[in-house]
Amino acid sequence: MGADELVINMGPQHPSTHGVLRVKLKLDGERVIGSECIIGYLHRGVEKIAENRTYQQFAPYVDRMDYVAAVSSGLGYCEAVEKLLVVEAPPRARVIRTILTELQRIASHLLWLGTHALDIGALTPLFYCFREREEILKIFEKYCGARLTTHAFRIGGLQYEAYDTFEKEVERFCKDFESRIVEYETLLTQNRIWLARTKGVGILGPADAIAFGVTGPVLRASGVKWDIRKAAPYAAYDQYKFEIPVGTTGDTYDRYLVRMEEMRQSRLICLQAIENIPTGPIMAKVGKVLKPPPGEVYHAIEAPKGEIGYYVVSDGTVQPYRVHIRPPSFINLQAFDRMVRGHLVADVVAIIGTIDIVLGEVDR
Amino acid sequence: MMNALVQATIEFLKLYWAPLLCGVAVVAILPLAVGYIVLVERKLMADMQARLGPMRVGPHGLLQPIADALKLLIKEDIIPDNADKMVFWLAPVLSVGAGLLALAGLAIGPAFQIAQDINIGILFVVGISAMGIFGIVLGGWASNSHYSLMGALRSSAQLVSYETAAGMALVSALLFTGTLNIKSIVEAQSKNGEGIWFVMLAPVAFFTYLVASIAETNRAPFDLPEAESELVAGYMTEFSGFRWSLYFLAEYTNMIVVASVATTLFLGGWLRPFASVHGLPGFHLLNFLDFVPTLLMVAIAAYCVVRTPKQPTRVQQLFMLAVAGLCFVVGLVLVAPVVLPLIKPSLRDAVAPFYAGIHGGFWFIFKVSLYIYFFMWLRFTIPRYRFDQLMRLGWHFLIPLSIINVLLVGVALIVGEFFHLHGWGLLLVTTPAAVIALVAALMILAVEKQRDAGHDPNAASDFYAG
Repeated sequence: MGADELVINMGPQHPSTHGVLRVKLKLDGERVIGSECIIGYLHRGVEKIAENRTYQQFAPYVDRMDYVAAVSSGLGYCEAVEKLLVVEAPPRARVIRTILTELQRIASHLLWLGTHALDIGALTPLFYCFREREEILKIFEKYCGARLTTHAFRIGGLQYEAYDTFEKEVERFCKDFESRIVEYETLLTQNRIWLARTKGVGILGPADAIAFGVTGPVLRASGVKWDIRKAAPYAAYDQYKFEIPVGTTGDTYDRYLVRMEEMRQSRLICLQAIENIPTGPIMAKVGKVLKPPPGEVYHAIEAPKGEIGYYVVSDGTVQPYRVHIRPPSFINLQAFDRMVRGHLVADVVAIIGTIDIVLGEVDR
Repeated sequence: MMNALVQATIEFLKLYWAPLLCGVAVVAILPLAVGYIVLVERKLMADMQARLGPMRVGPHGLLQPIADALKLLIKEDIIPDNADKMVFWLAPVLSVGAGLLALAGLAIGPAFQIAQDINIGILFVVGISAMGIFGIVLGGWASNSHYSLMGALRSSAQLVSYETAAGMALVSALLFTGTLNIKSIVEAQSKNGEGIWFVMLAPVAFFTYLVASIAETNRAPFDLPEAESELVAGYMTEFSGFRWSLYFLAEYTNMIVVASVATTLFLGGWLRPFASVHGLPGFHLLNFLDFVPTLLMVAIAAYCVVRTPKQPTRVQQLFMLAVAGLCFVVGLVLVAPVVLPLIKPSLRDAVAPFYAGIHGGFWFIFKVSLYIYFFMWLRFTIPRYRFDQLMRLGWHFLIPLSIINVLLVGVALIVGEFFHLHGWGLLLVTTPAAVIALVAALMILAVEKQRDAGHDPNAASDFYAG
């Protein structure tokens, strides 16, 4: 290290590392010439816990990984085990699952938008975002009693019927939400300072993005049209029409635009889904004790942050032999160093924000 | 010997009792005032963010500042192990001292000025308030922390850069008066029939001063030295308890100082709108403005009374009524010097100084509040600039613009002299000057944009060099 270089520790206790991420930054003045992410402060050994729990017992644990998008994590796990059991959730359950996961996507993106804007210094969008997120959380609470770590789905379908006013409330939220997005965009999209702070910051080209294994909005902002909802439809996504927004340059502004558009698309999916929720059972025929046949399965879904995949190995007993989780936050974070080099300290927080990580998922 | 000393002290006190008393008043009242400015800021922010803000301590959180101050006073005072203790102790004191001292030069109304008749008034205020930067730099240096050091570096670079633009803007306004004395500056804006606020004559200078003063006081969107999402708390990171609150006090005092300077130079100081036509015939309809302060106070009082039944407890209801009563009394005091001469014309001369003092104070504080409100509004609305962008805005846009503006205002004044223009007539020459300055500003922006197009964002730049 030269005499004119400075190493600063950002985190694990820092207002804008979104949890307990620790970034070691090597600085020349304020310019970043190297970075290292140090993770593991929130490691709980989720994958190891899976080996000592039954299949049903493990389901709530996945909620604690990406705790701002627990419904999506839960959906991935339930579908992975269903694949292993070779059962399929009934159509009604699949549609309700779709509605809830899309609402969760909006909620997760709202949290991202609020904190990202806060990192860049805009104080107000956070509160607007939380106002709408609250509505979604209320729907979750009414549906399954929990707001954050919901454990909304069961292996084989759903435990709870949708409550009486479910469709009406989702519809009302979706109707209101259209004008609310416009509100956020008025504050940010055309704002000169916002443009200056996000355009050209943290550029990740399509080749780089693929090489790093980046998924989700970060990948799509780089111009790669890849969305598991379209590529390998799960739940009830094959029934609905929606667009996959893609960016052009892969900078922070593109990622912002992609996520904003995704919220709009999620809203459209919800509106399509509540129009026609099939009747029928909500639970497939699965035994009280789940004993999947020996074998292995990989199932991935499009979580708000990217591809969340579950690799489940069964040895024919009631407990999984091995569960491996592909967390989108962890893999997207790998591109951090590439994005941050040559930028300023102020951009570091913008880039941490734009990757949209949740440390519970990074560390598992 | 002893006797002589006592004699000298008494002589000194006899001469200077009034400014000394004012000084004590400022030091005593200012922390409280700052506390309430913070409360107002939090309430405004809450209002714009669809929430309520402090509501627990006193009705509508009205006692929150006192609770905050108490909490800060009894907090543990931590000095980091490797900190330079002496400098660590000195830095916040320096910062807040500079802010308070700068207030001494300002005139809140024709009568209320601590350091009366300094002939270099405005220079004194600007110079002393710039001293506060030492407090920030030394504090950042002494805490022996990287975040603090970076915050201190940022703020020193920022202050020095924007001080230039602010100074140039002040020069443009000073050209109209030819004096640095604060009283004369305000009086130049009220000369019977031909006084005009300098914001009309030099709007571009006002704009540059506005932007530069936001940057100087480290407020959003230029609050990089203490950018909480990047540098935790910048130069204040290692400060806690009362030391920290001294920095806080200094920041808000500086806000008051820059707002007061802007009010004095551009917004007519303690003058009422259209004060220059106060006594002239034909303009007496405009004299209803004399009742505006009273009406405002009565409106606040009425609002408090209306809200009283909605208060949950008896104590809060009584408190609300007390606030209403206070506002009403203030309103009465404000209206007295206006109404008395109307009833009894012989009293006109007797109440004139009261009118000038009370109404002057009201209008001055009103304008300062508006200026600070604008600061707050900006803070809630827009994101933060990045350091290089901030420096570029300062050096590539504001400083050239303010220099061009000084030249244009000078030329306009010479032309005005040639045609014997005074007061409102000067608008004939200063408006074209302002338009030319505006065109120049747009051209600077266009050139910047062109340079940006061919600019590699990843190329190294030495923005500390500024």
